[in-house]
Amino acid sequence: MIDLRLKTQHADWRPSMAAQKDRSAVTSPSPQVSQQTICMLAVRDARDRVAFAALFDHFAPRLKGFIMRSGTGSGQAEEIVQDVMLTVWRKADQYDPQRAPVSAWIYQIARNRQIDVIRKERRPMPEDLGEDTEGEPDASQILAVEQEAGHLKEALARLKPDQRVIIEKAYMGELTHQEISAQTGLPLGTIKSRIRLGLERLRHELKDIR
Amino acid sequence: MPAITHHIPDALLAAYAAGNLPQPYALVVAAHVSLCLECRAAFEAHQAVGGAVLESASAQEVSAGLKANILDLLDAPVTPAPSYRRSGVYPGPVMAALKGRPPRWKSLGLGVRQSILTAGREGSVRLLCIPAGQAVPDHSHNGLELTLVLQGSFSDETGRFGVGDVEVADQALEHTPIADAGADCICLAATDAPLRFSSLIPRLLQPLFRI
Repeated sequence: MIDLRLKTQHADWRPSMAAQKDRSAVTSPSPQVSQQTICMLAVRDARDRVAFAALFDHFAPRLKGFIMRSGTGSGQAEEIVQDVMLTVWRKADQYDPQRAPVSAWIYQIARNRQIDVIRKERRPMPEDLGEDTEGEPDASQILAVEQEAGHLKEALARLKPDQRVIIEKAYMGELTHQEISAQTGLPLGTIKSRIRLGLERLRHELKDIR
Repeated sequence: MPAITHHIPDALLAAYAAGNLPQPYALVVAAHVSLCLECRAAFEAHQAVGGAVLESASAQEVSAGLKANILDLLDAPVTPAPSYRRSGVYPGPVMAALKGRPPRWKSLGLGVRQSILTAGREGSVRLLCIPAGQAVPDHSHNGLELTLVLQGSFSDETGRFGVGDVEVADQALEHTPIADAGADCICLAATDAPLRFSSLIPRLLQPLFRI
């Protein structure tokens, strides 16, 4: 398993028996798993409030900045941050580190909540693939997902300012699909390897379900 | 899973992941992603880019009491929103749009039936059921039209579309889809304007001409 105890600051955390049975812990410790992933797993499997508070400290200010960028005032932004963080707690069982980094999962929750609040709409979401209960959590897959997330963040940081603004606008929901398709040549080639990685995992999960 | 050969274009998937696709198209994309592993992987990759944008957002200090408020609310009881699963040929998001009930078909004549899911300012999305061998009535649309096959198949000037395939048509495409032999073809179709069946409506006025 990823030795979470080495990484978490609070030594009292233990996965519950049920969580161990269900998720049959991941093997091989690794220094690369991020603090956010470790905390999110502790929230998911052990309902760990200290880990949740750590996630809040990391994500709440970023969420607030992200939400305010699209013109929402500070007060309403904090209401959305509150809803998003509560959803993170309540829907933690849907978080799958083999499929998505914590930031991607929270991003999606945040965008759904913004759409709900600002446009009064509920965005149709794809049906879940279903619980992948048979398969052992795959530490190398979790690490690969994290690594890709790191590459994406670096690629974003390396962009020229104008290109970066376009990407930010696109993923903050400020560009239409026509405007996105008019943007060619954005050097985010790493998304291709992310797609390949995701597809491998999905094929694997599907095999387990069947 | 069917062998899907016609997918959602990347710009549409990106706009969908970012939550900026009009509701009717978003439903078609959600339904297609429910059926298509490749587009699900691409969708999740776009979410990962969104996550990287969130990670890189400039942090804004939050009010002193926010964290304590949230921690106090963790155990508050909540009623979870209903979640819908696939039923028959209808993927979860379509069942959600149907609120878990079977479609309420209305005849359009010539054996063609429709069930409108939503129609509003942003466009409309409907289920269409076309008998095998029957042409989808000649129709025009102002802008983008997305048609996802849920049962059977249809063919038109651009190719053959089976279960899970999505046809992306803009106003430039003049096409006459014909349901292939076999099961009736059921599609989920979204447009940014109400579909106008240019040749069917006059026929509806002349019921004697119905085949």
